[in-house]
Amino acid sequence: MAILVIAEHDNQGLKAGTLNTVTAAAKLGEVHVLVAGHNAAAAADAAKSVAGVSKVLLADAAQYAHGLAESLSALVVEVAKGYSHVLAPATSFGKNLLPRVAALLDVAQISEITAIESADTFVRPVYAGNVLATVQSADAIKVITVRTTAFDAAAAQGGSAAVESVAVAADPQLSSFIGQELTKSDRPELGAAKIIVSGGRALGSEEQFKAVIEPLADKLGAAVGASRAAVDAGYAPNDYQVGQTGKVVAPQLYFAVGISGAIQHLAGMKDSKVIVAINKDEEAPIFQVADYGIVGDLFTVVPELLAELSK
Amino acid sequence: MKVLVAVKRVVDYNVKVRVKADGSDVDVANVKMSMNPFDEIAVEEAVRLKEAGKATEIVVVSMGVKQCEETLRTALAMGADRAILVETDTELQPLAVAKLLKAVADKEQPQLLIVGKQAIDDDANQTGQMAAALLGWSQGAFASKVDVAAETVDVIREIDGGLETLKLRLPAVVTADLRLNEPRFIKLPNIMAAKKKPLEKTSPADLGVDVTPRLKTLKVAEPAKRSAGIKVANAAELVAKLKNDAKVL
Repeated sequence: MAILVIAEHDNQGLKAGTLNTVTAAAKLGEVHVLVAGHNAAAAADAAKSVAGVSKVLLADAAQYAHGLAESLSALVVEVAKGYSHVLAPATSFGKNLLPRVAALLDVAQISEITAIESADTFVRPVYAGNVLATVQSADAIKVITVRTTAFDAAAAQGGSAAVESVAVAADPQLSSFIGQELTKSDRPELGAAKIIVSGGRALGSEEQFKAVIEPLADKLGAAVGASRAAVDAGYAPNDYQVGQTGKVVAPQLYFAVGISGAIQHLAGMKDSKVIVAINKDEEAPIFQVADYGIVGDLFTVVPELLAELSK
Repeated sequence: MKVLVAVKRVVDYNVKVRVKADGSDVDVANVKMSMNPFDEIAVEEAVRLKEAGKATEIVVVSMGVKQCEETLRTALAMGADRAILVETDTELQPLAVAKLLKAVADKEQPQLLIVGKQAIDDDANQTGQMAAALLGWSQGAFASKVDVAAETVDVIREIDGGLETLKLRLPAVVTADLRLNEPRFIKLPNIMAAKKKPLEKTSPADLGVDVTPRLKTLKVAEPAKRSAGIKVANAAELVAKLKNDAKVL
């Protein structure tokens, strides 16, 4: 049986996490992608070009315009019946939708897998990534969310899958979409960025967070992140939060600026390829995971770094 | 409006867990246990709804071993009116908890079920969404603001990249995210008063729910440790290292 990937998309194109999920799915078998949206032909076109996808299923209806879990789960349980595995990225989209699908199918969900051992055995982090559990599912359909940083992105081009329409499911009409308020930014998304510059409580204020962290991020073409302490203090919005209760990231290069390195923050960034820490406290735990550390006042070091990068 | 809140007893936030020597499980013997922090936020939200005159009664429920009674007493001290313990020594996975929640909700008929978005032990982030599915209710997952009206509830949700507002038809399930509220500090008189509040015990068998685990943990291990790197003297040296050694710039 083939593997079903639920695409996360905005009707125009695929969200980055979908490509990582396709890579995970390809380890299990032939990959089909379900694009459920409204006027989502462009997203289906993007899905059919992804390397490794053999079929795209398109469900196009107004009730799927905003990814409501109640409406989508009614559809996914119908489509899922022909598959051995159903996968979605472990993003706010997948985490919202997939448990609802699993419960309706009366199967367990395996959350945020980071490795695939076999068709029924998976590795997933628990206790904020301080422990890795290897779990085996006895269910007929495996419903899985995929930690996107643990799998490479599939190539967006190179595939030429057929697109097939699937019947729209009855809408339970339990919820409706009122609006969305997205943080506007020209910077890359945290989840997909190659470089991330994160600021901590040592920044001292929202103004200083902006004045110090943002120019460095822009110089590097990086995304901006923050520790929970900085978010709690109001220096940065919640969707910047990297850590156990925020986003888990694994960029090529991670700058921790004025971040002490609480367990909960480390859980969100310790899989980064190269970690740089700038902190005036020589004993800060962040230095225990950093590849390169500078002990010094961030308000001096960051401007020096900017000057150095401009040379 | 009656509000049902579910709370989980977990290893305390500040405890760094260890894996047992045989790799079979996490060692939780003699470690401090507390209410899951996200569930604390769920209880707080229910109490605030009651204080605002929107909720009439708060029933708090927990599932698991006998000691979950302590977790329930904490919720009662925060302001819940009465408690239900579904007692069992079986390991409870999210699907089983969701089925138990459905059974309790069928009996109690609340208009709103509030749970934490995730427990900090298994990090599953499933129970609320699963309970909503089994009950056939709407769901507002990862809520940072809840506004209850007569027939509906508006929920602002934390999503990747920002916020989303949904209107849910009641009854509904809401899962609490970090910014929903800041739980109160419990005062001693309230702890004393909580001891007198009613706590009813039941079991999965009484509720007619099969809680057999669906996932088998084959082993647990600690992830590979990252070793500390080097300290560099200044920005110039750092940029040189990043360009020439790490090759990430």
